[in-house]
Amino acid sequence: MPLTFTVSPDFNARYLPGWYVVNTWLQRHTGESIHLEGCDDFDSLHRAMRDDRIDLVYANSFDAARLVRDHGFIAVARPHGRPDEAVVAAATRSTLNSIDDLRPGTRVATTDNPDVHMMGMIMLEPADLDASNLVVEQRPSFVLVAKSLLNGESDVGFFLAETFDELSATVRHQLRVLVRSEIQVISHLVLAHPRIGDRVDAIRRSLLLMHSDERGRAALADVGVEHWEPVDHEDVEFMIDLMVALTG
Amino acid sequence: MRDMTLDDLQGEIGVEHLLTYADGRRRRVFAVDLEVPFPEGRLIVSRTDPSGVITQANESFVAMSGYSIDELIGQPHYILRHPDMPAAAFKDLWDTVRRGEKWTGYVKNLRKDGAYYWVFASVVPNIRDGCIVGYTSVRRKPSRRKVAEAAALYPALK
Repeated sequence: MPLTFTVSPDFNARYLPGWYVVNTWLQRHTGESIHLEGCDDFDSLHRAMRDDRIDLVYANSFDAARLVRDHGFIAVARPHGRPDEAVVAAATRSTLNSIDDLRPGTRVATTDNPDVHMMGMIMLEPADLDASNLVVEQRPSFVLVAKSLLNGESDVGFFLAETFDELSATVRHQLRVLVRSEIQVISHLVLAHPRIGDRVDAIRRSLLLMHSDERGRAALADVGVEHWEPVDHEDVEFMIDLMVALTG
Repeated sequence: MRDMTLDDLQGEIGVEHLLTYADGRRRRVFAVDLEVPFPEGRLIVSRTDPSGVITQANESFVAMSGYSIDELIGQPHYILRHPDMPAAAFKDLWDTVRRGEKWTGYVKNLRKDGAYYWVFASVVPNIRDGCIVGYTSVRRKPSRRKVAEAAALYPALK
């Protein structure tokens, strides 16, 4: 029975083929049979989490917190120097230059990405804005969040910072960053289901050495990761405490 | 934890206060009427041991407090206590987190140079195997309206 590997659907679409290369590399170096199952959206990912269909996952911090606390997942590794940050942006042709310019009734374009939505909402708090006085509309992707700003359907949009930075130059030039988070300590994680606990050490060893192998380095580049770094259970508990502090 | 001195104030004029903390320790501080704005998009993150001694602080904490990381680690978190803050707020904080619950509130913090900065603070207990092994505190940029409300309320609680 092959292991099921799932990747959080919040990365730039151009990385998707890269994850297949990473998966192939991982199978070769661990001897495990691993099936990469793509999730088109967070609904699919969360359904897979609920149905207990995931053995390995590259999860954002919000989902990682739930998987570790509620399902006992084990921390395997995290990408080096790649914290999760968010951007709140508006169209350059709008009159909005900073968060202080926003007023109740502001139309917000967001996605179903829970981390980015949480960080975006936190960055609007200083202007006395919250879910009760904003008009929040969900879009299927960050590209469509950008489109909604350019079409004048929304006033501000929430983006994963690295995805915002990778929008085409034409689109980016029509958008103005109102605020960019510098949280520094929240990142995606590779996690393993406790039922494969006896195989975690081998998977972790392979991932941590991936950048020392030429094909491994190439595969990492394809998903925008420099190298994997170790993460222990306490690192993850710390990140979960942070998420608890920031939410609810 | 040493007393503040006039040299800490970087040429500004400060009002002297003698603070007495819940553990009975006392400290002379100087408060300068100068607000340092909380930077956009940042989070101040720190961790303490169960008695409130700082064990970890991020770059934003260091930058906003005015202390070096070496001056912060090992010090009680109340090194940031501003004389305008009512003791009742911190009693509520400690009573809440010791029960294993999250505390949130608006806090005026004292910098090393006597200036101040307002934060919206969330403090959660770090529970491991059913025991509280420390606390994590996250501070973010507050709503100006909520700060104004807190600034009006706190003198009555002192």
